[in-house]
Amino acid sequence: MATSVLDHAGAAGIHPEKTGLWAWITTVDHKKIGILYGASAFIFFLIGGLEALLIRWQLMKPDNNFVSPEFYNQLFTMHGTTMIFLAVMPLSAMFFNFFIPLLIGARDVAFPRLNAFSYWVFLFGGLFLNSSFLFSAAPNGGWFGYANLSSKQYSPGLNMDFWAIGLQILGIASLAAGVNFFVTILNMRAPGMKLIRMPMFVWMSFITQLLVLLSFPVITVALILLMFDRLFGTNFFVPLGGGDTMLWQHLFWVFGHPEVYILILPAFGIISEILPVFSRKPLFGYTAMVFSGCFIAFLGFGVWSHHMFSTGMGPIADSVFSLATMLIAIPTGVKIFNWMGTVWGGSIQLKTPMYFALGFIAMFIMGGLSGVMHSTAPADLQQTDTYFVVAHFHYVLFGGSIFALTAGAYYWWPKMFGHMLDEGLGKLHFWLMLIGFNLTFFPMHIVGLEGMPRRVYTYPAGLGFESLNRLETYGALILGFSFLVFIFNVIRSTRSKVHAPADPWNGATLEWSIPSPPQEFNFPVIPTVHGRDPFWDEKRAQGGKVPEPARVSGAGIHLPNPSYWPFLAAVGVLLLFIALMHHEAKFGPVYIFAAVSVLFFSIFNWVFEPAEG
Amino acid sequence: MDHRFKRWRSFAGALLLLTLFVVAVGSAQSVQYPQSTLHPRGDFALMVDKLFRTTLLWATIVFLLTEGALLFVIFKFRGKPDDPEPKQVHGNTMVEVIWTAIPALVLAMIAVPTVRTIFRTYEVPKGADVLQVEVIGHQWWWEFRYPQLGLTTANELHVPVGRTVAVKMVTQDVLHSWWIPQLAAKRDVFPNRSTTLWFKAEEPGDYPGQCAEFCGIQHGRMAFQVIAQSPEEFDVYVGRMQATAVRPAAPAAPAADSTAVAKPTAAGPALTTTTLAATTTAEADTMPGSQLFMMKGCIGCHSLNATVPMGIGPNLAGIGRRLYIAAGWLENTDANLAKWIQHPQTVKHGVLMPDLGVTDAEAQSLVAYLRQH
Repeated sequence: MATSVLDHAGAAGIHPEKTGLWAWITTVDHKKIGILYGASAFIFFLIGGLEALLIRWQLMKPDNNFVSPEFYNQLFTMHGTTMIFLAVMPLSAMFFNFFIPLLIGARDVAFPRLNAFSYWVFLFGGLFLNSSFLFSAAPNGGWFGYANLSSKQYSPGLNMDFWAIGLQILGIASLAAGVNFFVTILNMRAPGMKLIRMPMFVWMSFITQLLVLLSFPVITVALILLMFDRLFGTNFFVPLGGGDTMLWQHLFWVFGHPEVYILILPAFGIISEILPVFSRKPLFGYTAMVFSGCFIAFLGFGVWSHHMFSTGMGPIADSVFSLATMLIAIPTGVKIFNWMGTVWGGSIQLKTPMYFALGFIAMFIMGGLSGVMHSTAPADLQQTDTYFVVAHFHYVLFGGSIFALTAGAYYWWPKMFGHMLDEGLGKLHFWLMLIGFNLTFFPMHIVGLEGMPRRVYTYPAGLGFESLNRLETYGALILGFSFLVFIFNVIRSTRSKVHAPADPWNGATLEWSIPSPPQEFNFPVIPTVHGRDPFWDEKRAQGGKVPEPARVSGAGIHLPNPSYWPFLAAVGVLLLFIALMHHEAKFGPVYIFAAVSVLFFSIFNWVFEPAEG
Repeated sequence: MDHRFKRWRSFAGALLLLTLFVVAVGSAQSVQYPQSTLHPRGDFALMVDKLFRTTLLWATIVFLLTEGALLFVIFKFRGKPDDPEPKQVHGNTMVEVIWTAIPALVLAMIAVPTVRTIFRTYEVPKGADVLQVEVIGHQWWWEFRYPQLGLTTANELHVPVGRTVAVKMVTQDVLHSWWIPQLAAKRDVFPNRSTTLWFKAEEPGDYPGQCAEFCGIQHGRMAFQVIAQSPEEFDVYVGRMQATAVRPAAPAAPAADSTAVAKPTAAGPALTTTTLAATTTAEADTMPGSQLFMMKGCIGCHSLNATVPMGIGPNLAGIGRRLYIAAGWLENTDANLAKWIQHPQTVKHGVLMPDLGVTDAEAQSLVAYLRQH
C-alpha cells in the first residue's frame, strides 16, 4: 500500500500497490497524512504570502490606492489568520505526523483514523475560510477579531461569520491532532525510549500538544460566544446589552499567547535536531533544554495580558504581566545558549539545513530581544499596535518558525521523498531569504518607533514613512522570489533519478536507520533504544558505519486499514458549520439536520469498522 | 582554494552585505518623522522614552554579544566531512548556571525602572490647574471636550504649553486607541469604561497623532493634531471658540449672509478672501452657505457652536482655521474642503457622511461659509 508518488517504495513489499486519489482520501498512514498536511499548508503559505505582497505593494508609497481600504482590511486579516492557522501550524503538523512515530520507533500514531479526520477537517476549514474571497466577504476584523468591531452592528456582512466559524472548524482539527500526538508520544514509544531519552523535537512537540489541549478550548469558547452574538443575538460582547469588550480580549489572549509557543516550540525542536547532526556533537544541556521548554510553556499561560498593556488594566496587573513576560526571556536564553554550546567545539558541516538552523538562531535572538523591549509596559504604550510590533513578531514567526520549518524541510526532505534537494539552490534560497527577510522586516522596527501604526491601509506623505516602506516592499519581493527558488529546487529534485541514501547527513535518530522514504510499516522490527542518540550509538557499536538498510517484506505486520469514514465525518463537520451559517434560510433546520445525519452516520460506521485487518 | 582564504572571503561577503544593509536603512534616517516616539516633547513621553532607552541599551549589548558569539562559533568551528569526530560534550553545569543567572540579572536592571514607571503612568495629576480633556472616539474621527471651559471640538486639540492635561477617554462606537507619540503614548478607548492618560507639553508645536486600534474600514484615516501653544495664544483660542456661541449659526437673512461672504469678518481667515469673493460673485444665484448648511442637511450632524456638545458628526466651530480636515490628514485647503463636502465617499470611502449631491457652486458657497467659522 505504498503511494504513487513514492514510486519505488514497497517495491520489495508484498502489499499490493494502491495509488491514486482514493488511496490518498482513505489513507490512515501517518506519513501520507504528513505529506498531505505539508502540501496543503505550503499552498496556504503561498496564498498568505501573496496577500502579504499585495499589502506591501499598497504600502510602497503614501496615499496609494492600489487596493481599496475594505480589501486591504481583508488582506491583512486573512494574511495573519492564514499564516498562523493554515501555514505554520499545519507545517509543524506535517513534521509531527511524519516524524514523531519515526523518532520514537513506532509504526503509526495512536489513532490513525483520528489523524486522517484531523487533516480533512483542517483542509475543509482552510478552504471554507478562503472561500469567503469568492463572496467578496473575506474576514476583515483582524486575526484577533476584537469585540465590539466584530459585532453584527459594526461588521454586518458575512465576513466575521466566516472567521468565527472557520476558526472553530480549524480548532476541531487542532484538538483532535493534539489528543492524538499526546497519546502517541506517551504510549507508543519503542522499548527503552524513556521520556528523558526522547529526541528534543519529540519533547517540544509533546509540550506543544499540551498547549493546544489547554488553550484551544478557550478560543473555542470565545468563538462560540461570538457566534451566538452574531447569529442568535446574544450580548456577550455587546456593551449596549451589558456585554464586555475586555472579556473578549482576555479570552482571546489566554489562547493567543500560548498559541505563539504552539508556533515556535516545534521550531525549537527542529533546530535541536539539526544542530547536533551538523556539528557532529550531541545536544548541549539536554535536560536544561527539556525543562526550559516546559518552563516556557508554563509561563506562556501567565503572560497573556502583555498584549493588553494599552487597555489600562492598572499598575498591579501591568507590573505582574511585565515581570512574568521578562521571566520568559530566561528559559529562552537558556535555549539559545545551549544551541550555541552544541555548535561550540563541534565540526560544523555547512549544509543547507545548517544554514537555515544558524540563520534561525541569529534571527530569533533579534525577535526575542525586541520581545523583552516591549515587555516593559510603559514602553509598550508607545510600541503596541505599531510596525515595531509587526517587526518583532515577524522576527519570531518568520525568522524563527519559518526559518526552522525550512531547515526541517531541507533536513528531512530526503527521508520523506527519497530524493535529495540541490545544495547550491538551497544555499541560494537561504541567502535570498535572509536578505529579503531582513530588508522587509528590519526597517519596520524603525518605522514603527518613528510613529507608523499597524493595520492602516495607507499613510499620508509628510510623516516620513515612505522611504523605509519602499525598502520593505523591495525586501518582500526578494523574500517572495526566494520561495520560487525553493519550488524550483523541489521540482528538480522530484524529477531527478538519484535516490537519497537512508542516512545522508550521518543522523543521530531512528528515522535515519530505515530506507528513504520509509516503508509503510516504518520499522521491520521495532528497535530497542539505549540512549539519547540511538542511531549514533548503533553506528558506533558497529564501528562507525552501518550497511544501507534493505527494503524488506512487511509480511505479518499488522497495519490499520484504510478508511473513508474519517473523510466523510470531516465532510459532516464542514456541512454542519455551513448549515449553521444558513440557519435562518427557509430550509435552515433541514440543512442542519442533514449535516448532523452525515456526521453521525460517519462516526457510527467509523466506530464499528474493524481497525486492523 | 585555500581553506583559510575561503573563510575570509565569506566573512568579507557577509561584512559587505551588512554594510549595504546599514547604508540602505541609514539613508532613510535623514527623513523627518513628526509622529516619532523617539523625539519626546511631553513629560509622559519623556518618561517612557527614558525607560525605552534603558531597555534599548541592554538589548543592544546582549544583541552584540550573542550575535558576535554566534558568528565567532560559526567561523571558528567549521569542519570538513573527513575531520575526526569532535569531543562529545553533553553539557556543563557551571556554564549553564552562569548563562541562566546573567540574563536574570540583566532583566532585573530593566524590571526595577519598569515597575516604577508603570505606577507613575497611572498617577493622573489632579488639581485646579490641571486642564481636563475628554476624548471621545468615533468611527473615524475624534471628539474633544474641555469640561472646565464648556467647549467641544474635533480632531484638533489645543493645549497650553507647561500645563498638565488630564485626558479621560471613552468611545461612542467601537474600540479605538488614542495615540499622541511625541507628547504621551497611547491608551485604548472603550465603550463601557473610561481610560486615562496625561501629559504636559514642554514645547509649542503641532503634534500629529492617530488611532492605533483597528476600528474598521477607515482606521487608517483617523488622525488628529495636538496644537501646543503659549498660554496667551491658548486663551485667545478659547475666547474665539467661546465666541462661536453668540455668532449667528442659525439662518441669517440671505442678503446679509452674501455680504458676509463677499466681505469676510475680521475673525475669518485672511488667506481665502480674494479667491472666494471672485467665485461667489460669479455664482451669484447660488444659495448662500448658511442656507445650504441647513438645506443639505449638514446641520443634522454638525454643530457650528463650540459650546454645544451635541452632534453625530464633528463639531465644526473653528473649522476655518484647522490645519487638516476629514480627521487630521487632509490639508485644509479650499479645494480639499470643497471636494470633501461634495464627495466624502470618494475622499474617505465608507465614512458615515453620505454623498449629498452638492454641486460645485454649492460647495464653493459652503466652503466660504465654513471659512468664517
